[in-house]
Amino acid sequence: MFGAGGGTSSYREIEETDLIVLWGSNARAAHPIFFHHLLQGVRNGARLYVVDPRRSESARFADLWLGLDVGTDIALANAVGREIIAAGLENREFIRRATTGFEAYAESVQPWTLDRAEEVTGVPAAAIRDLAHAYATADRAQLCWTLGITEHHNATDNVLALIDLALLCGHVGRYGSGLVPIRGQNNVQGGGDMGALPNKLPGFQDVEDPDVRARFERMWGRPIPPRAGRHLTLMFEGMEEGVVRAVYAIGENPATSEADAGRATRLLSGLDLLVVQDLFLTETARLAHVVFPAAADWAESEGTVTSSERRVQRVRKALDPPGQAREDRWILSELARRLGVDWGQPTAEEVWDELRALSPIHAGMSYRRLDAHGGLQWPCRSEDDPGELFLHSRLWKDPIEGPPAPFMAVDHDPPVDRLTEEYPIRLTTGRHLDSYNTGVQSGRYRSPRRVGGTLDLDPFDAASLGVRDGDRVRVVSRRGAIEAPVRVSDGLRPGLAFMAFHYPEETDVNRLTIEAWDPKSGTAEFKATAVRVEKL
Amino acid sequence: MSRTVTLTVDGHEVALPEGSTLLEAARAVGVEVPTLCYLETLTPVNVCRICVVEVEGSRTLVPACSRVAEPGMVVRTGSARVRRARRMVLELLGSAVHLDLAPEVASWMEEYGAEPGRWGTPPAPEPRVDNDLYVRDYGRCILCYKCVEACGVDAQWTFAIAVAGRGDEAHISTEYDVDLPESACVFCGNCIAVCPTGALMAKSEWDLRQAGRWTPETQHTTTTVCSYCGVGCNLELWVQDGRVVKVTSPLDHDVTRGNLCIKGRFGYTYLHDLPEGYLTPIDHLLSRF
Repeated sequence: MFGAGGGTSSYREIEETDLIVLWGSNARAAHPIFFHHLLQGVRNGARLYVVDPRRSESARFADLWLGLDVGTDIALANAVGREIIAAGLENREFIRRATTGFEAYAESVQPWTLDRAEEVTGVPAAAIRDLAHAYATADRAQLCWTLGITEHHNATDNVLALIDLALLCGHVGRYGSGLVPIRGQNNVQGGGDMGALPNKLPGFQDVEDPDVRARFERMWGRPIPPRAGRHLTLMFEGMEEGVVRAVYAIGENPATSEADAGRATRLLSGLDLLVVQDLFLTETARLAHVVFPAAADWAESEGTVTSSERRVQRVRKALDPPGQAREDRWILSELARRLGVDWGQPTAEEVWDELRALSPIHAGMSYRRLDAHGGLQWPCRSEDDPGELFLHSRLWKDPIEGPPAPFMAVDHDPPVDRLTEEYPIRLTTGRHLDSYNTGVQSGRYRSPRRVGGTLDLDPFDAASLGVRDGDRVRVVSRRGAIEAPVRVSDGLRPGLAFMAFHYPEETDVNRLTIEAWDPKSGTAEFKATAVRVEKL
Repeated sequence: MSRTVTLTVDGHEVALPEGSTLLEAARAVGVEVPTLCYLETLTPVNVCRICVVEVEGSRTLVPACSRVAEPGMVVRTGSARVRRARRMVLELLGSAVHLDLAPEVASWMEEYGAEPGRWGTPPAPEPRVDNDLYVRDYGRCILCYKCVEACGVDAQWTFAIAVAGRGDEAHISTEYDVDLPESACVFCGNCIAVCPTGALMAKSEWDLRQAGRWTPETQHTTTTVCSYCGVGCNLELWVQDGRVVKVTSPLDHDVTRGNLCIKGRFGYTYLHDLPEGYLTPIDHLLSRF
């Protein structure tokens, strides 16, 4: 945020903060060890507010749970912002010195009275007021979120609405106060850092900046396409238009992980060439012309990954890959050789050292230092730089260093898949503690807690449908239908249903989800599907 | 900055930050004090009493792991009284439970001349094997509370286990003594990680031990990062014969402090549990091309 694509804080800060807001995150199940740090914060006296449509495992630890309707996060955030301003609790000194756009923001949130927000979000006005006052008056506050914020058609706006709250109260850039998106995969942060984004070269350097490109071209000896490429969602749009004809998927299973998986499978099947590099013959790999069996890089290869606190850590080889599986690095280098460019077979450290020469925020992170420090947090610009515990302390310098942080006025925009009489139930998706993504890895160990693919219903909805635990139902959306057993859950509310997405072989929930996506981030609206449930 | 406290341990003067324990004082002067129920990541409960030391002027021996150092204290870690107490503790523990998997206990038995046999032999209750991930062998449990603490507010906050019963009947139990899968347990295995006597053990290790194929001398460990979620937990993979046989996390890394979740500790089996045909040539996959 504010030009750096990473969370601002370190895990240790949440242990020493005064207020924790967990917004659209069930970290207890999805990020259990982060939640350990959070609970130490609670043990040390921090209050915990959880904003989530479900009364999740995380919400059960909260001082206050704000059970909002799916997709009303901006309405809630704007009402919190309005209340803070109306009560005169905003940090005027910080706003004046370190931000821009406050007036426009204040005007934009003006219509979001507590009463109107209660009507739109379903959260009682008193609870919204409580959150607003608690956040604004806390000395230190951590605002954390995950996919409950970002898997919406207006994902970026959702994030901006939360950032605005931090700017309003000066809860960023200080020890214990920060903005914390917790990453869902072990290297989603590192992938972005390394330039696996359509518009960035490694180190968040803009591919459309000629000076940046020139430095990379000098090192690589090849011209770099001067324009941003396509993110995943746009790739699928390109397949639909017939512009994208070949796909090389590395460690990604879009045939089941994409929203509206039926469409994804149809488009992947129609390609001229689909190459899949994965540990297993995934649903996507079954559609491929060529499959490269890959090593599990975290245990069968060398390299680095980057965590949600911007910490770069080494992964190390404990085992040889089985059968014909090869390390990703080997496959890529060998593919390059056969395409006519001989890179040899560089070691992971050689690749990393090249990266350090090109990405200033990683320059100080030699393997030797990564080993000695148990990982380092970027930015780490030289070999005597300890790395940054938290970002944006510059906003507290007097005068501030660098550009001020802009308020961004955003407005509520409900989920695309509207609830109607025909599709009256809001289905949202998420994770179970013992499982992971499409289950390719986690489906293979024998967890005593595995509940499998169920449709979780509120007791009220289950009663009106006349179904009980274990009864099979048909779940129908505007795009598809699947069958699933019912699990009655006291963590839901009438009109809200839940499914995990780990069990595509039993219950392929992405047959139901909508491909509506956020034009700024490319993320699909996995969290908000309109369905009806039919008793079988 | 905190103030410092100066005291004497076995004749060595030592200055430590206020709030330090006698155990830390002893370690600072290079004196070893045995511990069983103590772990740096857990709140001391000082129940095992193996770490007792003598403080001049104190009526009773004190547990070094939790007794806070005070200015001018004179501490003796190896006096006859201390040695007698430790011998007694070892004898009582050793006559109540099996300690052969507790790494240092055998050497302490020798050092303190403990003969637990004179109090009888410990019973050997059937280990409880009620799930595929870990085994509870309460014939090895010394009631040190570490598992209860790790399951509680020191790490996991699940509260699946507690001490049930009184006196001789005291034991670690789930609610109503139900099997683990029916209990509140979430199978993080953080209790296994802190168990000092092997009473709690990953099923993968237990199975190999039962088969006589657990061979520490052939094992190596590699530290890497978990592949599930984006928290960045460090994993120590214990490898024997080309297979991961156990997963732990380093105590001294501040992301995990030795703790993991069910996926990190047990979710590795896909590395070995390969589907049918995985190891055969894959040329047939190219047929569509």
